[in-house]
Amino acid sequence: MTAPNPGASAEDLLRELAPQVLGSTIRRFKDFAAAEDAVQEALVAASMQWPKEGVPDNPRGWLIHVATRRMTDYMRSDTARRDREELAARPAAGDPWSRFRDMGTTERDDTLILLFMCCHSALTHSSAVALTLRAVGGLTTAEIASAFLVPESTMAQRISRAKQTIKSSRVPFRMPTKREHAQRLASVLHTLYLIFNEGYTSSGGTALHRVELSREAIRLTRAMHRRLPDDPETAGLLALMLLTDARRPARTGADGELIPLDKQDRQLWDRNAITEGLALVSRTLPKGSVGPYQLQAAIAAVHDEAPTAGETDWPQILALYTVLERMSHNPMVSLNRAIAVAMVHGPAAGLDLLDQLAAGGELAAHHRLDAVRAHLLEKAGDLAGALAHYRAAAARTTSIPERDYLISQAARLDVGNQA
Amino acid sequence: MKYMLMMNAPRGTGDWGVMKWPAEDLKAHIAFMKRFTKALGDAGELVAAEGLAPPAQARVVRAQANGAPAVTDGPFAEAKEFLAGYWIVDVESPARAYEIAAGASAAPGVGGKPLNMAIEVREVMSPPPVEM
Repeated sequence: MTAPNPGASAEDLLRELAPQVLGSTIRRFKDFAAAEDAVQEALVAASMQWPKEGVPDNPRGWLIHVATRRMTDYMRSDTARRDREELAARPAAGDPWSRFRDMGTTERDDTLILLFMCCHSALTHSSAVALTLRAVGGLTTAEIASAFLVPESTMAQRISRAKQTIKSSRVPFRMPTKREHAQRLASVLHTLYLIFNEGYTSSGGTALHRVELSREAIRLTRAMHRRLPDDPETAGLLALMLLTDARRPARTGADGELIPLDKQDRQLWDRNAITEGLALVSRTLPKGSVGPYQLQAAIAAVHDEAPTAGETDWPQILALYTVLERMSHNPMVSLNRAIAVAMVHGPAAGLDLLDQLAAGGELAAHHRLDAVRAHLLEKAGDLAGALAHYRAAAARTTSIPERDYLISQAARLDVGNQA
Repeated sequence: MKYMLMMNAPRGTGDWGVMKWPAEDLKAHIAFMKRFTKALGDAGELVAAEGLAPPAQARVVRAQANGAPAVTDGPFAEAKEFLAGYWIVDVESPARAYEIAAGASAAPGVGGKPLNMAIEVREVMSPPPVEM
């Protein structure tokens, strides 16, 4: 993937080259934190010079050259000397073979290795997200800060601490071993999923200045899928993102208010994203190694394939949620399954399931339990009960658009009662 | 997730009790607050922090029929405590927000004794979940 895409903008080109240049610099200097700073400076230099002077013939070489010069300056400085002495005083990393594995690693794996590093389980979720966006996504600290609505200095500290954590954990710059692979891959996928959610959920309303995080998450997941085409969960996550993002244009109304799935104008859904997502699902599911992302993608696919809400294949969705529930033990999945049960076997069956979930305790005080109960009570014709639970849910949610939606549901029923 | 940590201090007589502290204690308190807020910034958790002017300077504003502001002066006898300042932090868990709040609550007062101020912790509303 070293050859730039023809027709890509300079910004896209920089984003694509960033992890490759960083990989090459880390490989040479063995210092993640300093290399990341040097590459960031090279990217800034490129974004100022290229629009004026034109993109150089070998943009990747240009960036590596500038980053290497910055690294050399840094290595000469006092700080670096102190860091080197500190490193030398510590015992060497325990893997004598890593050197040989490094030699076998090709440049096109650099993006992947970087992802594995940035999503290391030694980092908190928010640090992994920030570091991934900067080191792999090539976003500036200012862009990431504005995407998460925190001051730039706070984000700079978060990234700098994350880099220090990577440095002191002494993760070697190479692909995870076979033994580490599953767990490290899960961390990467989870981080990409968090980035996507952050972008998807905040795309309505007041978030006009936020960087397109979900687009960035899709771009990174796509790059990962290109490098691991046979990994079913990577394909599943990419499909899930595409099939969910396809509905974004219909998800909010003119004033940023939330529109639930069954009320969305399906003409607004992005057909290209749906086609790509469906193809991924049908290519991946038959391979047999089914995981949670593939199942969620399959559920999204069933929704996206229905021409109208009334034609949704609920028995199929129920079957998928049943497998997903067994696999993930997530109470939110059980809650969604209760909705599917209600759609297939009637609201009473769904409400029975909610009682069991409430008795289980995990969800007892969660607003989504009240919201789903309100929805099912309304379907069952108990409007007074539905009204009470819409209000209870509205009082507990920590999301303004969701609260507004729940209040308006309650208001709708209240008017109905008075009439 | 983001939380607002509101530092409530006893109102006194329209001024903070703090105004009558010995200079040394006041200095130690201010130094603590500066260190405390800087540490939140260094941890990559600080979104905003402000101290508020004393309650004697507070005004309550209501719109009149024509929309013009009607301004009432303090002090407001009914309030025993007043908002003295706040932090907004971006943290991984509610437990971390409570930990930070406890740190603020233990700010030193007269003679370096912890004030044990009440810190009200409120979650900032966030975007909606992925699917409703």
